[in-house]
Amino acid sequence: MAVAIHLENCAKTFPDGTHALEPLTLDIAAGEVIVLLGPSGCGKTTTLRIIAGLESPDPGGRVLFDREDVTPQPIEKRGVGMVFQSYALFPNMSVAENIGYGLRVRDVAKDERDRRVAEMLKLVDLESFGARRVDQLSGGQRQRVALARALAIQPRALLLDEPLTALDAKLREQLRVEIDRLLRQLGITAVYVTHDQAEAMALGDRIVVMEKGRIAQSGTPQEIYHHPATAFVADFIGTMNRLAGEVVDSHLVVAAGRLPLGRIAAREVMFRPEDVRLVRPGEHHLEAKVISSFFLGDHTRLVVDAGGTSPLVVETTERRTWPRGETVHLAVVDGAILPVPSQAP
Amino acid sequence: MRKPLRYWLQLTVTLAVCAFLVVPVGLSILAGITENFFIGVKSGLTMRWVSEVWNLYSETIWRSIGIALACLAATLTLGVPVAYALARAQSRFTRWIEELLTLPIAVPGLATALALILLYGGWRDFRASWLFILVGHVLFTLPFMVRSVLAVMMAVDLKTLEEAAASLGASFRQRFLSVVLPNVRPGIVAGSLMVVTLSMGEFNLTWMLHTPLTKTLPVGLADSYASMRLELGSAYTLIFLVMIVPLLVSLQWAAARAERRGA
Amino acid sequence: MDPVARDRRRALALAVPALAVFAAFWLLPMARLVQVGASGPDGIAAYFAVVTNANYFRSLASTVALSAGVSVVTLVLSLIAGIFLQRNRFSGRGVLISLMTLPLAFPGVVVGFLVILLVGRQGLVGDVTTRLFDEKVVLAYGMAGLFIGYLYFSIPRVILTIMASVEKLDPALEEAARSLGASTWQVLRDVILPALTPAIISSGAICFATSMGAFGTAFTLATQINVLPLTIYNEFTNYANFSMAASLSIVLGIITWAALAAARSLAGAGVAAAG
Repeated sequence: MAVAIHLENCAKTFPDGTHALEPLTLDIAAGEVIVLLGPSGCGKTTTLRIIAGLESPDPGGRVLFDREDVTPQPIEKRGVGMVFQSYALFPNMSVAENIGYGLRVRDVAKDERDRRVAEMLKLVDLESFGARRVDQLSGGQRQRVALARALAIQPRALLLDEPLTALDAKLREQLRVEIDRLLRQLGITAVYVTHDQAEAMALGDRIVVMEKGRIAQSGTPQEIYHHPATAFVADFIGTMNRLAGEVVDSHLVVAAGRLPLGRIAAREVMFRPEDVRLVRPGEHHLEAKVISSFFLGDHTRLVVDAGGTSPLVVETTERRTWPRGETVHLAVVDGAILPVPSQAP
Repeated sequence: MRKPLRYWLQLTVTLAVCAFLVVPVGLSILAGITENFFIGVKSGLTMRWVSEVWNLYSETIWRSIGIALACLAATLTLGVPVAYALARAQSRFTRWIEELLTLPIAVPGLATALALILLYGGWRDFRASWLFILVGHVLFTLPFMVRSVLAVMMAVDLKTLEEAAASLGASFRQRFLSVVLPNVRPGIVAGSLMVVTLSMGEFNLTWMLHTPLTKTLPVGLADSYASMRLELGSAYTLIFLVMIVPLLVSLQWAAARAERRGA
Repeated sequence: MDPVARDRRRALALAVPALAVFAAFWLLPMARLVQVGASGPDGIAAYFAVVTNANYFRSLASTVALSAGVSVVTLVLSLIAGIFLQRNRFSGRGVLISLMTLPLAFPGVVVGFLVILLVGRQGLVGDVTTRLFDEKVVLAYGMAGLFIGYLYFSIPRVILTIMASVEKLDPALEEAARSLGASTWQVLRDVILPALTPAIISSGAICFATSMGAFGTAFTLATQINVLPLTIYNEFTNYANFSMAASLSIVLGIITWAALAAARSLAGAGVAAAG
């Protein structure tokens, strides 16, 4: 029942001239959970709406569900389940009526409808909530009703447009786990849009990072995190330290020291803050001065000046404090140094 | 804590304004049930003026009610779709349409009435019927219905609700009836009360458009003020107040509900 | 088959019936009115008669003066009462506000009648002054009567607008001013009134436009003062001077429309001339 989705050459230009999407080709396997990740304006929501049928691609673009060309089909016919950022629950209906709406519209018999609604309420842990009005629900509860409503019609694909953005941090984390569990359990094809990279990495089988209407990189969370393909992806996902200098004798020589490059031969390199270790003098690659330190509970984040254009960020679990101006000695873990990719993807 | 002088001054002004607005109404009610206003309450209270008004003018009262209800039906059928169009179409045209529809209330009723008479006055059947008055009332009350419904439509983010309904498979007709209309009900109720209230009290247009056979309540009132004794005019006004005040109170209540809807 | 375009087209189609009615019963008649206005012996010059003809000019001038005066007085009274009502809670407040806004639905004729009851020949004020000063004060049938009548239907409307705006004032601004040492009067002058200015200007303009176009009240009071709507009525009914009536009403319509357009650009919704 879950479909494979194929977008071919889908571009979108709005009437006022904005190019929301450059011609984009994307393949989603049946049952796969992919996350469209990127800053606002990158085209991720437009892509989702094209899959849904709320927007149509510029002429020449096609949307296929399995092998069927659904491009001319409006959303009413596509059989997708959609969860909106604002949940869009119908205020004039109770929770049960909301969930059952898609079934009612399909003329499903009342008994069958009630049965399915009860099933959905159980699925999202809201069993006794059927008779409640929408305005009596908390944010997290509304979100679950929105999910249940979309799933009740047994959709071919589930499309989620930043469903957790409106919730506070703790609730978001909680619901993230629940959504993940649900998606695995149902084996449904899902397209999830978010600008929160932590969310993307936690949920997606595959992440599609988008920038300015184009796909910047598509891959598993690990691939994206450890091997960003472009400078944009590197900067967007997590924090990246950057250093530039002269290559001498397979080492990068910078003001603060020398980094072993191995087989990489790049004038500018990058590495993650958690891959930097604090070591004793003599074992170090770089020497730096502490600018500020942030105790974050389970680790400390140090911002240090290593003579580069921007400070370096170091994350350590060592339990001590670092006063401003103290000199620290840093070493970068083997294999964690990457060349900075050029601007072109 | 003693209230400052400022407070007392403000209170005085407020009470004076209130008295200015309310006392004449009280006078009018009193005059309508007093035997002889010139003498005063001493002459006794009576309902004879009210019943005399009814004998003379009951037709105008029924006609006003009839026109108000017909006006309501017309503004609902014309106005709710227009409000939907303005809420959803989001194009250059929608601003112009809104401006256009508001014109009949931006210019004096007198002008609209004159225009209607000059163009359609020659058409005898139309000119002499209550439909002629109805047309004027519809032109004048339609913007209020549209505005009231539109306000609620904008407040509930109709677009997303419709997209959600469409994503669940609902056709346009299905979602208009099951999602759009139920959620704008407060706006429709407030708009309806507004239309009926305005139509019942409309004079500027109606005075020009009426004929001796199509008099409405306000027209009758003007007649009675000019030609009848004060007690009769007051009794007639009393009947008018009795009809209009409940409408007004309901309108205030409904408008408050419609505003809360968006919160 | 763009769904967005399809939705838009369908939505616009729903506006067609109303627009058709509007075109047939307002646009076309208005066009005829404009045409008739120019069809008299003076032709297009009739449209300037309001300025060139002494009588009409007097009529216009008195209407403008009256409307402007009413607007100013209404604003002052409404500001004092409106701010007070919004800022002070006391028992009976709700009833008081409801009572004060009842006159909103009264047609001009009824307002005229109420003015007669108040300050007419058999009016309350006349009785009171006779008892106190042995002289009956009768104001109803002159400019003063009109003024009182216009005040009567203007205050409820403006007070409601002012009160709604006062409610929306951000208390943090006043608190900030007071924390910086401003006295109550200074807070009023420097924080509250400036914040209320859009509401003041827009409701003032609405008041002006409504007064300019008011007919019923003047008609009932049958005053010797000739305000423009009455002049138009007389031209049409008594002198059958259709072209003059038409041109004058177009001019009046433009004035009221302009005043309301100005109000709208400052406030948005809630704009109409009635009464």
